[in-house]
Amino acid sequence: MFENLTEKFQRVFKNLRGQGKLTEEHLDAALGGIREALLDGDVNVDVADELLARIRAKALGSEVLLQLSPDQQVLKIVRDELLELLGKHAKPVFAARPPSVWLIVGLQGSGKTTTTGKLGKWLTQGHRPLVVSTDVYRPAAREQLAQVAKAVGVSCWPGAGTDKPLEIAKGAIREAKLSASDVILVDTAGRLHIDDELMAELGNLKRELQPSEILFIADAMVGQDAVHSAGDFHRRLGLTGVILTKLDGDARGGAALSIGRVTGAPVKFVGVGEKYDALEAFYPERIVSRVLGMGDMLTLIERAEQAIDQKKAAELERKLRHSEFTLADFGDQLKQVRKMGPLEQVLGMLPKVGPFANLPRDAQVDESRLKHVEAIINSMTAAEREDHDLIDGKRRKRIARGSGTSVQEVNQVLKQYMQMRKMMKQYGALAAQGRLRGLNKVRGALQQMRQGEEATEE
Amino acid sequence: MITLFGNNEPPPSLLERLKKSVGKTRSEIAARVEGIFAGDRRLDAEQLRRLENALLAADVGVRTTKEMLEVVRQAADQEPLHDTGHLRAALKRQLLGILSAVPAKSNGASADVRPRVIFVVGVNGTGKTTTIGKLAHRLHEGGSTVMLCAGDTFRAAAIEQLAVWAGRTGSELIKQKPGADPAAVVYDGLAAAPARDVDVVIVDTAGRLHTKSNLMQELEKMKRTAAKLVPGAPHDVLLVLDATTGQNGLSQAREFTATAGVTGIVLTKLDGTARGGIVIPIVRELGLPVSFVGTGETVDDLVPFDAQTFVNSLFD
Ligand SMILES: Nc1nc2c(ncn2[C@@H]2O[C@H](COP(=O)(O)OP(=O)(O)OP(=O)(O)O)[C@@H](O)[C@H]2O)c(=O)[nH]1
Ligand SMILES: [Mg+2]
Repeated sequence: MFENLTEKFQRVFKNLRGQGKLTEEHLDAALGGIREALLDGDVNVDVADELLARIRAKALGSEVLLQLSPDQQVLKIVRDELLELLGKHAKPVFAARPPSVWLIVGLQGSGKTTTTGKLGKWLTQGHRPLVVSTDVYRPAAREQLAQVAKAVGVSCWPGAGTDKPLEIAKGAIREAKLSASDVILVDTAGRLHIDDELMAELGNLKRELQPSEILFIADAMVGQDAVHSAGDFHRRLGLTGVILTKLDGDARGGAALSIGRVTGAPVKFVGVGEKYDALEAFYPERIVSRVLGMGDMLTLIERAEQAIDQKKAAELERKLRHSEFTLADFGDQLKQVRKMGPLEQVLGMLPKVGPFANLPRDAQVDESRLKHVEAIINSMTAAEREDHDLIDGKRRKRIARGSGTSVQEVNQVLKQYMQMRKMMKQYGALAAQGRLRGLNKVRGALQQMRQGEEATEE
Repeated sequence: MITLFGNNEPPPSLLERLKKSVGKTRSEIAARVEGIFAGDRRLDAEQLRRLENALLAADVGVRTTKEMLEVVRQAADQEPLHDTGHLRAALKRQLLGILSAVPAKSNGASADVRPRVIFVVGVNGTGKTTTIGKLAHRLHEGGSTVMLCAGDTFRAAAIEQLAVWAGRTGSELIKQKPGADPAAVVYDGLAAAPARDVDVVIVDTAGRLHTKSNLMQELEKMKRTAAKLVPGAPHDVLLVLDATTGQNGLSQAREFTATAGVTGIVLTKLDGTARGGIVIPIVRELGLPVSFVGTGETVDDLVPFDAQTFVNSLFD
């Protein structure tokens, strides 16, 4: 397996650490590693080289040389430069006078139609969206959007009776006015940036519809060519934003940096799954943190906060301290974790340092096995859940039958519970000794960054 | 007799087409490499650097690029009076060597197995369904009867999309309702194949990220079902890879090969400006042949992969 960007940066910076002063030689060694990391992560080679040249100049010429340790210095410069490319967090734009038109554009297969559905769903909170497909080329494309719209409960203008994209879109605008819809999402056919005729068609749609957003939908798996496709779309249309899709896979998404460089348009959302609510706001800070080895702690903590019932969390903390962690708590924990989203995704967001360094990330987390565990715990009596010592051989058999599993599986769950209990005890002891300052630090940093984000949103 | 993956040279018209489409927009790599080869200069650090960047810009990847450059460097050391022609040839030979080290597999299945069962797999949006349409057309032209099996029961209107291709190519279509178990659709298709007297059954599958274990297991189940009805099925498992894919392509190829037993790659969207260089490390590491390339959205836009043409198109 390839090392990912995060791991590579960590290795590079580990080498830099412990050196009193940053020499040109050290710097070049570090930059070489960073270059490879960026390229493995699909950042365009020209973009990467330009970036490295700037980082080098800044690192050598900077006065902070004396104040920060060498790795901190480089890390800060790298981070700032990457952030610079990604631009500021930006919110979607609505027209001064409704209805607003958002034009959804991109290459074939990038995820335009699914994203249109997600945006439609997202807009239903506070808006009345109308979606329309102008893809008159791909078989069943308009039918696809109609079905997606139905699934997310958003109106769809079928545009029956014509196969001219502009006419279809204009019909949607008339319909929006009649039905008091305030945002029209215009899905377009996927096309190559070098297809002159089809690019001209988009130019025409732009001229006639005066969209407040022209959103470029980009697949996170795209490689070096991103600079060409995004660059051409931008030159012809003037993109206002980018949506990066399929980020739930293991692509490193360096294309975001390439696209940022050639378009200057901010990433406004990211797609993280096939379900229609798998659309998230994009925070450059977070992606950069992830790239630099801090993991996507912010997103993770935010999600954990949403999913975990605060009262239960406090109660759990008390129990931890007094080693009263029961099977019932174990079951609760599982449920909470599952609410945070697919486990693989959650694991992927953890930084690869400290306590998380050795998590088996490649190992596929089998969600169905979690369900078995839950079923087993549900098949226990309340008394058994409070006191695992009660569960003898006979009870194990009963639990296995009740949960549709085997005695071996029940044994395994009990073993896992015991292990977790042991871990929790250690954790509890640590907490009691006040050794969890690290965690509080993370919390503090999170709060600071939040405030920073809010400030930029103004 | 179905010659799907035979070694037969594509007719000149196809060669021309591929050349034209691949060379349509002059690729970065071609421009850069020619810049390097212009004039009889010594191979210096700057030349190597530009050569390296050219390969990287084609998505060949850091590791493979490094290793290929090392060979060029060594060749240059042995022949101090090298000229640009030598270098160009050395690099081409290397690329060709990698790409043709893997024979076009007929995948263990004898050419006259009937029905021949082909699974088409890949991540979302790479061009699976379109490739199936093109493949069906190609088979039809070759005199085979084809059945398409709508195994993507997940994506909205995926069944309708495949139905259009079935209509366009005069293929039989087996489908169930959206949301149905894809393995059940495979079952229906293969159970009906003898009665409908078809030579080839092509199974469309839903796009899935290779990191989702439950979805990958679903593919395994579809395969098991196929094998129960037709011994040895699926005979071909084609991984559809988008030419714009970056380094993630290697991870895709690895995972799909591990769970679905990929037998060949179809590299689509070569009509754009992306060069599809990621197939080089894939072929090198996984020993998978590139079977076809997609060069557009009509039924005719599928041509057998030809290593020489592919390599030449990068330099000519
Ligand atoms: N330019 C070009 N476009 C292609 C090629 N192959 C497929 N496409 C287009 O890519 C888009 C996606 O193709 P599909 O065949 O629907 O892809 P898929 O892999 O079946 O997609 P899902 O089933 O949604 O995962 C469509 O707009 C196709 O027309 C190709 O070789 N060149
Ligand atoms: Mg499909």
